[in-house]
Amino acid sequence: MLPELVLQLTRAGFLALLWLFVLVALRVVRSDLYAASGLRALVPGGGRANARTGRGRTPRQLIVTAGALAGTRITLDSRPILIGRADDSTLVLDDDYASTRHARIAQQGEEWYVEDLGSTNGTYLDRAKVTGPTRVPLGVPVRIGKTVIELRS
Amino acid sequence: MAAVDDRPSAAPAAPAPLPTGRGIELVLLAFAAVLVTGALALVEANQEQQLTQALLWVGLAYLALFTVAHFAVRTFAPYADPLILPSVALLNGLGLVMIHRLDLAELAQAAAVGDPPPTELISRQVAWTAIGLALFVAVLWLVRDHRKLSRYAFTAGLVGIVLLALPGLLPSSISEVNGAKLWIRIGPVGIQPGEFAKILLIIFFAAFLVQKRELFTTAGRRFLGMEFPRPRDLGPLLLAWGLSIGVLVIERDLGSSLLFFGIVLVMLYVATERVSWLVIGLSIFVGGALIAYQLFGHVRVRVQVWLDPFADFNGTGFQIGQALFGLGTGGVGGTGLGAGRPDLVPFAYSDFMLSSLGEELGLIGLSAILIVYLVMITRGLRSALAVRDSFGKLLAAGLAFAIALQIFTVIGGATKLIPLTGLTLPFLSYGGSSLVANYALVALLLRISNAARAPLNRRPAAPLPPIAEAGTELVERPK
Repeated sequence: MLPELVLQLTRAGFLALLWLFVLVALRVVRSDLYAASGLRALVPGGGRANARTGRGRTPRQLIVTAGALAGTRITLDSRPILIGRADDSTLVLDDDYASTRHARIAQQGEEWYVEDLGSTNGTYLDRAKVTGPTRVPLGVPVRIGKTVIELRS
Repeated sequence: MAAVDDRPSAAPAAPAPLPTGRGIELVLLAFAAVLVTGALALVEANQEQQLTQALLWVGLAYLALFTVAHFAVRTFAPYADPLILPSVALLNGLGLVMIHRLDLAELAQAAAVGDPPPTELISRQVAWTAIGLALFVAVLWLVRDHRKLSRYAFTAGLVGIVLLALPGLLPSSISEVNGAKLWIRIGPVGIQPGEFAKILLIIFFAAFLVQKRELFTTAGRRFLGMEFPRPRDLGPLLLAWGLSIGVLVIERDLGSSLLFFGIVLVMLYVATERVSWLVIGLSIFVGGALIAYQLFGHVRVRVQVWLDPFADFNGTGFQIGQALFGLGTGGVGGTGLGAGRPDLVPFAYSDFMLSSLGEELGLIGLSAILIVYLVMITRGLRSALAVRDSFGKLLAAGLAFAIALQIFTVIGGATKLIPLTGLTLPFLSYGGSSLVANYALVALLLRISNAARAPLNRRPAAPLPPIAEAGTELVERPK
């Protein structure tokens, strides 16, 4: 048997190491929470400089606020977002009221525009039906079938 | 509010490569290897074994095994969640150390009495771990897109039900171990098909709910501020209830029955967001439990032991009574690894792994282990939130919840919060089927988290199909 002191020290040391593992894991969880997105794990303060000055004004993510996919977030980059029932859409809806290729949300300059791709049931920006490319302001709901999405900063 | 932006910077910078988290995963795996090796060294020291260099080799072998898994993730699911695999590695490693520690106690006991040394469980469990990791890699390799799984949903459902029912129909000589008919034993190898059935049924149920969501959200009667479904839409839930009662009666297994019904209920709730399903499900569950209590002796014994294990301490209450004493002996700081007497609890290596760990690591160590489980479950649920298709959401939520419910019932049972059910702690307890099946489960979770975290599809959109080939779509008349 080990001397009592060594036993006590190793016992406490092991528990401390176990908790260190937990804390490291929780730190990774935390950095993901700051990114507020399932896609990008930004370390707080480590973002690009213009990312910080643009916060609050330019849309940075797309959030599904109602419908079967509610809660999903997509971090926006320069690529367009395709919405529809097709498997290769960015947001794949399985909603009887959505078309295979329903709508596209794309960036032009600093603004994001929504465009209906000839869907059967139409795309609505707030209450108005979208006919041509229409600018999507921050926080205004876009309704596609039973799904509602918003752009957030 | 208009996003007027007159800053000169126009074109956004080319997107930097997204962080994959693989680096932190490898670091945490190495950390887990250090912890497991340390635990093994403490056990050997406290059990008066010789501390040799062999320990180092065991630690390195363990690390190598999980590094293989890590590289499989790196190759097949590069954006998968970085925390799930290290959590699993740590839990599995601690489980192996504890099983080895209980083996040593059994050997010492046998030597003292003069019996022939009992078979060591550790070598079997190590073999099962290797098989589990092989299945883990195979699932990651075979299932490249979780959405493809929904195509095989009905096959999975059928195979799942057959696997669940099979031990109940086979003769007891093949399927019965310790009073529960859960096994298929061929020669020395026994498997519990129910563990695999669990995953297959979750796949089936996720696909089924995506297809038939309308059926479950059709408005019925409003009562007490909740929308209740129409009675005729209750069919699938009643079927699941009947199946879980069947498992309880024929296979005499409280745990699988509870687990199966709980998973169905929660997936239904996740799919429909209706509290009324939970209310209905819980009330028929309580009804079923009351009837089972009246009719079946084995259920009554479990409940009586739960209410007062010390009424018949030397008989039916011995196991849980000893487990409670073990946890009490451990106290806040534990006795130290290898320095307690967890072997006094019958089945300390499987059903009562929790009390063994609690005795030697104390409340401090046990709560760390519970947080590791919690991290694993929340990462699974987070993948469910972030993934962009309904089937993936339901599948991930179902899989993560299955682990959560299983942990709750085991720990609740061992600490006398709820009646004992006889499930195993995922990754920690001794048991081949449970370990292998849970590795497959984790591989699926990683696959879904990869889909949730990977960068958006770069493929240009395919041209629209000609109108003749386009699917028929429902059109709602404007109101």
